[in-house]
Amino acid sequence: MKIKLFSYNQLDTLIHQLSGLTKLLCFLIMIFTVILTYDIRVLLFMLAFAIVCFRISKIPFDQVKLIFGYILVFLLFDFVLSFVFAPQYGVEVLGTRHEIFSFGGPFVLTWEELYYLSCKTMKYLCMFPVGFVFFFTTNPSEFASSLNHIGVSAKICTTVALTMRYFPDVSRDYTNISLAQQARGIDMSRKEKLGRRIKNVMALLAPLIFSTMDRVDAIANAMSLRGYGKTKKRTWYSFRALQRNDYLALAVCIVIFVISLSIRLFVTKSYFYNPFIGW
Amino acid sequence: MEMTNTTINKRAVIEFNDFSFQYDSQKRPTLHDVNLTIYEGEKILIIGPSGSGKSTLGNCLNGLIPFAYPGKIGGSVKLYGHDLTSLNIFKCSQYVGTVLQDADSQFVGLSVGEDIAFELENDNVPLETMHHKVREVAGIVDMASFLQRSPFELSGGQKQRACLAGAMVADAPVLLFDEPLANLDPSTGKSAIELIDTIAKQRNKTVIIIEHRLEDVLHRHVDRILLINHGTILADMTPDELLCSDLLEQNGIREPLYVAAMRYADVDLSQTKHLSDDTHYDLNGQQHLVKSWYQANRSVVQPIEKEAVLTINDLCFSYDGIHPILDHVDLTIHQGEMMAIVGKNGAGKSTLSKCIVGFEKIDGGTIFYKDLCINDWTIKERANAIGYVLQNPNQMICKTMIYDEVALGLLSRGYDKDTIETKVYDTLKICGLYEYRNWPICALSYGQKKRVTIASILVLEPSVLILDEPTAGQDYRHYSEIMEFLTTLNDRGITIILITHDMHLMLEYTDRCVVITDGKIIADTAGSVVLSDPRLIEKAYLKRTSLYDLAQKCDINDPVAFIDTFIRHEHKESPL
Repeated sequence: MKIKLFSYNQLDTLIHQLSGLTKLLCFLIMIFTVILTYDIRVLLFMLAFAIVCFRISKIPFDQVKLIFGYILVFLLFDFVLSFVFAPQYGVEVLGTRHEIFSFGGPFVLTWEELYYLSCKTMKYLCMFPVGFVFFFTTNPSEFASSLNHIGVSAKICTTVALTMRYFPDVSRDYTNISLAQQARGIDMSRKEKLGRRIKNVMALLAPLIFSTMDRVDAIANAMSLRGYGKTKKRTWYSFRALQRNDYLALAVCIVIFVISLSIRLFVTKSYFYNPFIGW
Repeated sequence: MEMTNTTINKRAVIEFNDFSFQYDSQKRPTLHDVNLTIYEGEKILIIGPSGSGKSTLGNCLNGLIPFAYPGKIGGSVKLYGHDLTSLNIFKCSQYVGTVLQDADSQFVGLSVGEDIAFELENDNVPLETMHHKVREVAGIVDMASFLQRSPFELSGGQKQRACLAGAMVADAPVLLFDEPLANLDPSTGKSAIELIDTIAKQRNKTVIIIEHRLEDVLHRHVDRILLINHGTILADMTPDELLCSDLLEQNGIREPLYVAAMRYADVDLSQTKHLSDDTHYDLNGQQHLVKSWYQANRSVVQPIEKEAVLTINDLCFSYDGIHPILDHVDLTIHQGEMMAIVGKNGAGKSTLSKCIVGFEKIDGGTIFYKDLCINDWTIKERANAIGYVLQNPNQMICKTMIYDEVALGLLSRGYDKDTIETKVYDTLKICGLYEYRNWPICALSYGQKKRVTIASILVLEPSVLILDEPTAGQDYRHYSEIMEFLTTLNDRGITIILITHDMHLMLEYTDRCVVITDGKIIADTAGSVVLSDPRLIEKAYLKRTSLYDLAQKCDINDPVAFIDTFIRHEHKESPL
């Protein structure tokens, strides 16, 4: 496989060393911070922070290039369509109006609209590096063990770990099956009409399901032979107790969250920060 | 007799008394009239053809029967004196540690350490004890430096050692191996047998091996062999006794090649000594019989010049752009050849065939089909000339009915209904599947499914057929069936390329053997030459054939010619 999609890589960076639980909590806190604000200053800071995290984690950009490309295209569409469908929304929420250019009819571009759309795009942009960092640096079993320790049932946690464990296997099967079927003339490329393509992909499901069932059967036996399900509890080989850095990371995220919220509650006193007041 | 005396004093760990078992889904019992006692510290080999009941017997030992596969039990089984039905699967696993057939399918953990620890995790062993124990067991199987690695980065042999560690970690006194040699290259298989032997001795384990590759298991001493067929134990004897008898042949088990050769030469096997020991057996003065048989049957085949059908020039390929998988490979394949590509796991054999059929995009070089450069051909275009059959038929079959499955490739190529029907029926006839044409595929055996997948490729009338491990996991009878079928295709003029670990297959059915190691072709010659060359054998992780040793013992100065003579003789004698 020339591209390894979504595979957890093992490096020794500051971020890799954090416990899976810490990373999950930090991830959630940062997402909330971003969701709860429309303040360009906070968003710029969050974007910078997310990029720094991404750099620290040393995830090779090649690994995410493809997904990142798709995201950019999506964001561009979102930007343009939001303007087309509600060109005055920025004015509406900010309460001021500074025109830049008129396309005719209701399509008047304002600084407010531009500002609003940039904030929205930036919100998405912040989330992705943070998401990448979480997915690519977290050891799934270690993460599962953390979940178990905060009270999620062992069964669910084992299932989470196993899913991650089998994802590469199933995707390898899929590649093999799809290539073998292409050789027989089942075309999955863009040359084929959409309806036909969907039908062709469906044809792959049978062999994929059957070979996956074989795997399930084998693994179920292997697991019960090694005592899986003996008791409701289990211990975890890859469990790591929270360490100083974990608490530090959590503290940093919480501080950021609190500052951002305080700015909203006490400084701007609104969801939207309007830099255009007094222009 | 000495042996019986010593075993009597030992403790019986497993006892079957008039045991029978019938799966809930079956009409007749899979096992019946089984009487068997296994003593502490014994090393037992269970052999039998596919469907004989040997795996079922194994499952009765580790508790998968009756706890995972319910059914009706008659008579009794006792594990360390406890009746099986009074235990549960977890209690059974405290006595019997199991290493399942396919290493890849039984990894639970994302790292070797985590996988080894799985049983301890389920036992709620505290973290510190667990890490200590895992390091200790990993040390025993020589995997201590791999604890952090993902199981999928390991070689075949390392994977198996990791599985063994996982089965040993909870200190079960009995170790059960279900077909430990499947999927291993010959040299790794040999090391696996040696490792099992060492651990059994050092740790004082009782070992039970289920396998049909008899010659490979006998590389190390076993105390007793149980021959199973038709659901019951047909023989319970020492390896020497069993090899002297006719039971193996009668029950479709392949005897070691050197024993088969001795039979051809009319050696009186009962007069030999240590017959089952592949290095120390002694013909006891009958060497001249083998030598005179060789001289009487010796014949030389003349190679025939053929046209090239595939020409590969300077082929390069790598997955990551750094580590070459194929490193400037040159290879010419001739029309009508039946050839083998061999080499250790990960040497680049499968990658080479994927490059040929277009599944992988090559980094450099050219591939010619006859005199056309096919570098720019799509997968579909190449499939008209070169067919590729995957190892696992379940990964290829996507229709429920045989006719539809075979017709699929033609439909997508736009043939009309009548042409399709004619072509499909013709292909089904060639493949011996015509009478099953209206059957659902799920009603077929593994070997028949394999034929369906071959038929579905063959219907496109390729002139070259590449098969990845066509006989993996098959017993001798099914193996012969598949190989004889491929030979008939070859006789029709189809060029056949086999990718395989099976040295018997390579030796017996191909006239040419290409050896790949680290992405380079290091030999391209007859199989008998490859398996007599110590330098090649070591470099490519192969195993010397026992016929070579026999030739030496009998003072035959051209072992390669001896091996060729044996193979030709065997083809004449072949029951199929």
